[in-house]
Amino acid sequence: MEKKWFTISVYSENNVGLLNRISGIFLKRHINVESLNVSKSEIEHVSKFTIVVNTTEDWTRKIVAQIEKQIEVIKAYYHTDEETIYQESALFKIASHLLFDEPEIQNIISQHKSKIVTVSREYFVLAKTGRRHEIDEMHDDLEPYGIMQFVRSGRITVTKSEMPITSIINEFYQS
Amino acid sequence: MQTLKETKPKKHKETAIRISGAEAIIHCLLAEDVDLIYGYPGGAIMPVYDELYKFQDKLHHVLTRHEQGATHAAQGYARVTGKVGVAIATSGPGATNLVTGLADAQIDSTPMICITGQVPRHLLGSDAFQETDIIGISTPVTKWNYQITKASEIPEIMARAFFIAKSGRPGPVLIDITKNAQFEEFDFSYSRCIAVRSYKPNPKPQIDKIEAAAELINSAKKPFIVFGHGTILAQAEDELRQLVEKAGIPAAWTILGLSAMDTDHPLNVGMVGMHGNYGPNILTNECDVLIAIGMRFDDRVTGNLETYAKQAKVIHFEIDPAEIDKNVQADVAILGNAKESLELLLPLIKENKHEAWLSEFKKCYEEEYEAVIKNDLYPTKPGLTMGEVIEEINKASENKAVIVTDVGQHQMIACRYAKFKQSKSNITSGGLGTMGFALPAAIGAKMGAMDREVVAIIGDGGFQMTIQELATIFQNKTPVKIVVLNNGHLGMVRQWQELFFERRYASTVMTNPDFIKIAEGYHIEAKRVDERKELKPAVEAMMASNEPFFLEVTVENEDNVFPMIPSGASVSDIRLK
Repeated sequence: MEKKWFTISVYSENNVGLLNRISGIFLKRHINVESLNVSKSEIEHVSKFTIVVNTTEDWTRKIVAQIEKQIEVIKAYYHTDEETIYQESALFKIASHLLFDEPEIQNIISQHKSKIVTVSREYFVLAKTGRRHEIDEMHDDLEPYGIMQFVRSGRITVTKSEMPITSIINEFYQS
Repeated sequence: MQTLKETKPKKHKETAIRISGAEAIIHCLLAEDVDLIYGYPGGAIMPVYDELYKFQDKLHHVLTRHEQGATHAAQGYARVTGKVGVAIATSGPGATNLVTGLADAQIDSTPMICITGQVPRHLLGSDAFQETDIIGISTPVTKWNYQITKASEIPEIMARAFFIAKSGRPGPVLIDITKNAQFEEFDFSYSRCIAVRSYKPNPKPQIDKIEAAAELINSAKKPFIVFGHGTILAQAEDELRQLVEKAGIPAAWTILGLSAMDTDHPLNVGMVGMHGNYGPNILTNECDVLIAIGMRFDDRVTGNLETYAKQAKVIHFEIDPAEIDKNVQADVAILGNAKESLELLLPLIKENKHEAWLSEFKKCYEEEYEAVIKNDLYPTKPGLTMGEVIEEINKASENKAVIVTDVGQHQMIACRYAKFKQSKSNITSGGLGTMGFALPAAIGAKMGAMDREVVAIIGDGGFQMTIQELATIFQNKTPVKIVVLNNGHLGMVRQWQELFFERRYASTVMTNPDFIKIAEGYHIEAKRVDERKELKPAVEAMMASNEPFFLEVTVENEDNVFPMIPSGASVSDIRLK
C-alpha cells in the first residue's frame, strides 16, 4: 500500500500523561511523527492533538484505533490533505542592517505576504503563515542573506467534514 | 476527566468522615468489595501498610516474596474469580518489579489494580531515594494509570480505576500515590464510578451485523468457530455452547479460551495455533465461514497471515474496536460483548448438523493420535513424558482442577491435554509468555477458589524464576499442588535450537539444585518421581493431600512438542513430527 500524508486529529480530556501514551503508540510501530500540535479545541476543557504522519492508510487506521482506545481520548479521526484545510506558521529572525543593505529583502517580505512582527536595532522578526512548501520557498529566498534563527510550528488543521465531538459528549450526559 | 458516579446510596458513602489518605485507600478497596490483596511493603507505602494492619480483619494482605509475585498472584485471583485482583508495592524498585505483571495483565486482558507508593510531592523529579517515574514506565503496559498527589483525589481516582480495570476489555490500572497524600487528612466519601466521558467500554452490537452473521452461518457448509478469552470475560460460555450445538459447528479454542467449553464436548475439536491440534489448524484453511469469538488473531494462532483462512468469510465477535481488522480482515465484524452479541444471534440461527465436515476433524484427530498423542499420553519408551503426567492429573482430579501453567513445553503439553469441565479453570500466561508466572498465579487462583483443587504445572526453568513464592505458600498454608516437570533444559528454546539452529544448545542446559530439599526447606511435603510406576501413586497422594504439596517429575530430556507450525509458516503447514 502506498504511503501518503495523513493528518490525525485527536480530541481528548486535558490530562497530564496522555501525550506520553499517544506518542508511545507511534513508537511501538516505529512511525515517525512529522508534526505535532496540541491546543485547546472548540469545546471547553477538551484538547486537540493534530499529528501528521507519512505512512499507509492501513497503518494510519490501526494507529487511530489504538489512539481512540486510550481512556482519555474522546474521538480520533484521520484525513488526507485533500480533506483538510491546513496551515503552518514560521518565524524568521534576521539581522536589521540587511533591511537597509539588501533592498531585495523588502521584496521577499512583500512577495511572500509575510509580516514584520518586531524590529530592534540588532534584528527584526518575520512571521509567515501558509503551507509547508510556501514557508520552505520563503526560507530558500532568505537563506542567502543569512537567517539568525528559524522556527516552524506543527501543522494545524480543520477538516472540511464535520467532527461531531459535541454530540458525542452530549450522549454521555444523556446516558 | 468527567465521570458519572453511582447515585444509589452505598453503605460506604452515606456520610463524609475525616480520615487520612492511607485510610481512605482501605475504605475504597472495601467499598469495591476487595477482601484480599497481595503486596510487599516499603518506605513510600508505609502509611497504607499501617492502615492494613488496623483493618486486617476486613482486608487480608498476603505478603509475597517479590513484587512480581504479588502481580501474578493478583492475576491468578482475577482470572479464576472474574473479580479485580489488587497488588500493592512501594516506590522505586517495588514499583518497577510490578512491570512484568502489568504487561502480562495488559496483553491477557486481566482486571488488576496496582497501587504504588511514591516519594512526597515536594520531592517529585528530584531523584529522591526510591523515586522512579512509574507513571512513565508503566504507561505502555497499563490500560490506565494516574498519579495522586493530594488525598482529596483518592476516592474519585480509585473509583475510576476499578471501573476502568473491569469494564469493556479488562486490563491493569496503576495508581501511584505520593507519601504526603497518604498522610493528609480530608473528608472522605465514596461513590462507585459508572461511566467515564471519554471511554465507551460496551459498544452495543448492531442488529444488521448480527443478521448478516446469522445469514453466513446458516448458509455455511463448513463453518468453524474459534473462541478465545473474550468468551470467558463476557461469561458467554453458555451462549457459545448453545450456538455450537444448535448449528452443529465444530469449535476450537485459543490458549486463553481453553475451559470456556467442556473439553469432552463432542463438538469441541481442540486447540488452534502453533502447538494446537492438527485438525483445527489445517481445517482453518478449508472452512467456508470462520467465526471468531472474543479472540484477537494473535500470530501464534494464525501463523502466516498471507495464507490464513483466505478462502473463508470471517465473522469477528469482538469488544475492542482496535482489534477489528487489525490482523485479519473481517467480512462481518460485530462489535460488542460476546454474551450480548451471541444472545442476539442465537434466535436467528437455524438448527443444523455438519456431520461430514465434523468427520474431517475426527479423521485429522486420528492421524494426530497415531503420530503424536498416543506417544505423549501412553508412551512405551522408558522415560516419562509430560503428557502422561497431565493425563494422570486429569484422572486423579476427574477433570475438575484449576490448572495453572508457566511458559514453555510443559505449558503447551498441559494446554493440549488437560481436561476441563468448568470455565475459568485454565490460568496461563498466553500473550506475554511470562516464565515464573505459574507459582504465584497458583497462589492467587487457590485463594480465589478455595473449594477447588489448584495444580500448578511448571518447568524447571520457570520454577526458578519465582521459586521464592514457596515461602508465601508456606506462610499462608495455601494448599496448592505444585508439579515441576524437570527435563533439565529450557525445553522450548532447546526444541527450537534442535529444529532450527542445528542443535546448538546455547544456554539451555540447566544444572539444577535438589528441588525436593528446597521444597522441604519451606516445610512443604515433597516427592520426586523418576519412574513410571511411581507416577500414579504419587499424583494420587498429591491430590489426596489437604496441604501444599510439591511433586517433581523427571521427564525425558529432549522430548519435543508436536504438532508444530514453524514460525512464519502457514496453519496448513503444521508438522506432526
